[in-house]
Amino acid sequence: MPRRNDIKKILLIGSGPIIIGQACEFDYSGTQACKALKEEGYEVVLINSNPATIMTDPEISDATYVEPLTPEFVERVIEKERPDALLPTLGGQTGLNLAMKVSEQGILEKYNVELIGAPYDVIKKAEDRECFKEAVLKVGLEVPESAFAHTIEEAREAAKKIGFPLIVRSSYTLGGTGGGIVHNDEELEKIAFLGLESSMNSEILIEESIEGWKEYELEVMRDCKDNVVIVCSIENLDPLGVHTGDSITVAPAQTLSDKEYQRMRDQTLAVIREIGVETGGCNVQFAVDPKNGRIVVIEVNPRVSRSSALASKATGFPIAKFAAKLAIGYSLDEIQNDITRETPAAFEPTIDYCVTKIPRFTFEKFPEAGDTLGVSMKSVGETMAIGRTFKESLQKGLRGLEIGHVGLDNKLNFKDISDEKMTQRLKVPNASRIFYIKYALQKGMSIDEIFEITKIDPWFLSNIAELVEFENKLKKEFDEKKTVGEDSLRQAKQWGFGDAQLAQIFLTTEKEVRSLRESLGIRAVFKLVDTCAAEFEAYTPYYYSTYEDEDESKAAKKEKSQKKKIMILGGGPNRIGQGIEFDYCCCHASFALKEMDFETIMVNSNPETVSTDYDTSDRLYFEPLTFEDVMNIVEVEKPDGVIVQLGGQTPLNLAHALNEVGVPIIGTTVESIDLAENREKFSEFITKLGLSQPENGAALSAEEAIKIAQRIGYPVLARPSYVLGGRAMKIVYDEKSLLEFIEEAKDVSQGHPVLIDQFIEDAIEVDVDGISDGQDAVVAGMMEHIENAGIHSGDSACVLPPHTLSSTLIKRIKKHTCDIAKGLKVVGLLNIQFAIKRDRIYVLEVNPRASRTVPFVSKATGVSLAKIASQIMAGKKISDFKFVDIEELKNISVKESVLPFSRFSGVDIVLGPEMKSTGEVMGIDETFGAAFAKSQAAAGQSLPQDGKIFLSVNDTDKRNIAFLAKKLFDMKFHLLSTRGTARALKKNGIKVQIIDKVGEGKNDLLKLIKENKINLIINTPSGQKSQSDMRSIRAAAILQNVPCITTIQGAWAAINGIESSKEKDFNVKSLQEYYRKGV
Amino acid sequence: MKHAFWYLFYMKKAIIYLEDGTIFQGRSIFSSGESAGEMVFNTSMSGYQEILTDPSYAGQIVTMTYPLIGNYGVNEEDVESDKVHVKGFVVKEFARRYSNFRATKCLMEYLKENNIIAIENVDTRALTRHLRVCGAMKGIISTEDFDPKSLADKLKKVPDMEGSDWVKEVSIKEKYIWNKGAKHDLKVAVIDCGVKFNILRILASLGCEVHVFPSTASAEEILAINPSGLFISNGPGDPAAVPYVVETVKAFLGKLPMFGICLGNQILGLALGGKTYKLKFGHRGANHPVKDLKENKISITSQNHGFCIDIESLNKEDVEVTHINLNDKTVEGIDHKKYPLFSVQYHPEASPGPHDAQYLFDKFIKMMKDFHAET
Repeated sequence: MPRRNDIKKILLIGSGPIIIGQACEFDYSGTQACKALKEEGYEVVLINSNPATIMTDPEISDATYVEPLTPEFVERVIEKERPDALLPTLGGQTGLNLAMKVSEQGILEKYNVELIGAPYDVIKKAEDRECFKEAVLKVGLEVPESAFAHTIEEAREAAKKIGFPLIVRSSYTLGGTGGGIVHNDEELEKIAFLGLESSMNSEILIEESIEGWKEYELEVMRDCKDNVVIVCSIENLDPLGVHTGDSITVAPAQTLSDKEYQRMRDQTLAVIREIGVETGGCNVQFAVDPKNGRIVVIEVNPRVSRSSALASKATGFPIAKFAAKLAIGYSLDEIQNDITRETPAAFEPTIDYCVTKIPRFTFEKFPEAGDTLGVSMKSVGETMAIGRTFKESLQKGLRGLEIGHVGLDNKLNFKDISDEKMTQRLKVPNASRIFYIKYALQKGMSIDEIFEITKIDPWFLSNIAELVEFENKLKKEFDEKKTVGEDSLRQAKQWGFGDAQLAQIFLTTEKEVRSLRESLGIRAVFKLVDTCAAEFEAYTPYYYSTYEDEDESKAAKKEKSQKKKIMILGGGPNRIGQGIEFDYCCCHASFALKEMDFETIMVNSNPETVSTDYDTSDRLYFEPLTFEDVMNIVEVEKPDGVIVQLGGQTPLNLAHALNEVGVPIIGTTVESIDLAENREKFSEFITKLGLSQPENGAALSAEEAIKIAQRIGYPVLARPSYVLGGRAMKIVYDEKSLLEFIEEAKDVSQGHPVLIDQFIEDAIEVDVDGISDGQDAVVAGMMEHIENAGIHSGDSACVLPPHTLSSTLIKRIKKHTCDIAKGLKVVGLLNIQFAIKRDRIYVLEVNPRASRTVPFVSKATGVSLAKIASQIMAGKKISDFKFVDIEELKNISVKESVLPFSRFSGVDIVLGPEMKSTGEVMGIDETFGAAFAKSQAAAGQSLPQDGKIFLSVNDTDKRNIAFLAKKLFDMKFHLLSTRGTARALKKNGIKVQIIDKVGEGKNDLLKLIKENKINLIINTPSGQKSQSDMRSIRAAAILQNVPCITTIQGAWAAINGIESSKEKDFNVKSLQEYYRKGV
Repeated sequence: MKHAFWYLFYMKKAIIYLEDGTIFQGRSIFSSGESAGEMVFNTSMSGYQEILTDPSYAGQIVTMTYPLIGNYGVNEEDVESDKVHVKGFVVKEFARRYSNFRATKCLMEYLKENNIIAIENVDTRALTRHLRVCGAMKGIISTEDFDPKSLADKLKKVPDMEGSDWVKEVSIKEKYIWNKGAKHDLKVAVIDCGVKFNILRILASLGCEVHVFPSTASAEEILAINPSGLFISNGPGDPAAVPYVVETVKAFLGKLPMFGICLGNQILGLALGGKTYKLKFGHRGANHPVKDLKENKISITSQNHGFCIDIESLNKEDVEVTHINLNDKTVEGIDHKKYPLFSVQYHPEASPGPHDAQYLFDKFIKMMKDFHAET
């Protein structure tokens, strides 16, 4: 069936800000879908609040609404655009849930909008536990056995029927309280009692425990003619009990025989047919009992997912693109496979390599939360590696993770690990378990013993054991002969040992290993990802490296064009501080340079991204971003230019080494990068320009640190040098805390000095993004932070253009920026953070690279900074482009950050100099208040229109609170407060209800929050001492989703927002409209 | 023997020498000697035990495109005949330790017991690409002789696949009943050209008493059991080299319901006056899309063939093409407008591969029942 002609306009819902569990994979799938639908001639309308996405680029859709993802805003967009259909399956869980809500509220019916891809009933069947269970059982498949119990007797009865071990879950409680795994009657009684107590309706679910079973996932596509194909199978290395997103996973499935695999395939088909997924992609998760092969169905997602993005990258089969085409009527045989060109999409990809995905965690940012893994996802990013063997892809993945490991290396000496610690690190799933498996093997533990403890399949363990055994052999050979033979070295490379890793084993340098390898003629070759294991010719140049005979990139060279080549280094796995914003920049570079007729080459290892879509660049290398791996590509491609300033700190860190061996880095030179990063040289430079910096110093010892701090005066900002994203940065108020900090920082700074800066209290922080061609420079964006300096710029909400700065100040900042850019001879982008106090401007930091705010500025101004910067790096001049003067902007844009606190129990949500947010949203409107209110709604913290506001501020803020409270009071809010703040307010004649301190009365705040009786919390922490009850208040606020503001500036912005939303209804306007009328 | 690390470092050099002079390096872990045959590749990611024991691979050296082989070991059940038929086995890496609840043995040990020359650490992707570009060709694996000239001479003595009768090598010598004494309502005669056990298992499970005949059985011998229908099996080699089977089948045209799979499809095509030809490198894998033109439905199918019916050679008035391969548009199935017969080029019995096309067995059962109800 060809495309549907009865629909003309289609609405897509994006997934909103990057949060844990929902990252840039939905930008990848959403972008593919928008492009596919546009290609088919439909008018595409998009709503997504995340400005850092390619999807929200104005070229991708016909009308792009950067508006909050709430039913109200979706209704406004529908009302205005009148789409014929809504495609809900490409915006993650957020998009799906929102589509369900607007459907339930009758909005779709009211405006006659059809849900395509997955109708309401199907989503319901897949998402509702009971409906899902019923559907699975109906087609004769199994789910884990379970029963509800309302009394201890019933619980005992159920346990007898199902058998131990069991999972007890309490119904209707948050965060899994009152549940657990029980192994016998005694434990059952204890846990069941607690569970029944904490459940609101005295009900517990007793479920068969399948912890330790093997977990699999099948990615599947179905078309309107009921043709079904399995795109990819995925096997988790970590057994059930660890969230798939946090597990190391491998594609294809490794330890299923064909008989079992086909049984799983049959079950997948039966399940999706029963649930009724009509068209598009979905995934089915299974658990398999390793003892007898019994299969139970765990979950079905009737939409594209993180796994489907991974499956697309792992196989070359673009699930999201095809899902969009299937949703508008095509069948699988009518869609062509882009890679082979001659075969249809109606087939099952077969691969001839092994793919390993490894999650990236950021536990170091949340030291209060343990690194234990469980059923709730905690990783913030992932890396994928392709190799011809599991061993190769595992090791490539580990070095691509950029967590300081050069492969499955020996960061710890196994001899230093006690038996007790070893068992504990193996038994309780955690972020470094894969390394402990190695240490355990080195210590002499057998595969079977490790299997007993971890339940990780012996096949995986055996592969790791072979690596350990081989490493021993290599070391022995090297110790004996002071070198290694060709066969051994080749084997090492084939099993993924990096040069740096071998250098650690041989106690030599990476350079030495490399030259030995080259002298033996052992070089990486590149193979194609082609969906078909070489059965058909492939036309898309999507490569990975390995060590074998044939190099396919060389074979393809003969027919290559004479175009000049530019290579773009991506940002690797997402982490806090380096995420989708940088991928956005890399994609734009590729688009812009293609426009200039360059051949673009992308290097990246992050499967979630648009940059690793084979459509984005002329050539794609899916490789770790290490010196060795990048050099391998440089050697075969011989690029005319390499861009290192767009992928964040990762490629910038490689600049030195690449420059040294003569790789042609384009844009700002390595010398300039150095100047910006070297503190002394930089201070000199700033002084020469006549600018000010906060007083500062570098200390190698505690004594030095104290001296510097005394000179500068407390508070000071202390941080280890050479770290990213404000890692381990702290504001220190006295000598005692400074000493504590230095003790803690030892680990992170590793011999590098600790940096101590004057901390300018109560300063306004301003972020500037500029572009320069070396002679000329412009300010492309200037943002004023809502929170004071001292909160990491990535976590602070900010406003473009600055809302409180005078025109004189803005002009001065512009001049400073241009002076710095020219002085540093920046070619491309630079980002500067300024602090402003009493009209005095301080330069806090200069980064001669793309910043996190580049996409936000681009969306707010309609000028693509990354595109211009890339073209300048390739030779164009500032004068070739048109810029928008930020003082002439007609609209106000607010960027708000989104924080992952709800994932990390026990972590205080107070912001500081260390970045903690995972994503961002944007609110754009004509006034600051409306833009801010939109940004809050988009961040999931809709400001209340009425109700109760809790106020509690520290002593410094008490002088500022009266006016603020009066405003709220006048807006008819009911104010509550603790004694201290209440006293300050009463003095000013403001009526306020005093409530008990936590734990001191019946109606303490905690209780009120839990009962949903508080609508907004304004709570500023007192200096360093964050009182424990304030912490629990903020934690409770997160659980109940009550907006919680922790700065006075934030509170003022909120008041502005509340005011404007009370005045009139919000307008929605597409970016295209804004740009047409002039932003 | 679950743990086999001693294999890790005890390896012998091995090479593959191809007819066109191309050489691939590898290593042998447990086998030594020489073996020659037609080099082919299979793109299934699982099912190596079924592939090894599939008689259709007689005379061929099989390369698996999936690099990690042996992960789930071997077991007693997943066999498609009572021996390993491949001439040689080429992979990227054999699993040192297997893991699966049904496994009883390590794949390497299994191959050694069956005296199969198997080598690893070969750039199997390069080998596959070579065969795709240059076509299927003869090759020899050796762990002893690395002299290209002498290997070329040895290869010359190996007969070409085209024109070779491999059926007689793999067919049974005496007829037998697969499920003797089982309750049944139909009696199917199977001409064993190298039949896969799963075909027999499925026919039996659908209520047939399955009588298996040698490929050389005469029409009279088959008629003697008074079968409800005739099944012509898969098998190795060139269909044009087995005219005796074609003749036998001809005798039943229009007289008995017939179903052919793979070589059986080609034999039926020949019996209906068509011709067959050799494909450049054949179809071997478990992911080929086949469209049923009558039902307008796509099945993902298991395939293993080097020859194909020439669509142009068929008499269009009587013979209808019912299935085509969506990848290369070759014929994947035919039926006859007057006679009760149909056949497919692919493997609805799967094993290994998807079960999408098992509806064809039901069709055969129904065809037999209808035929006998009418007569």
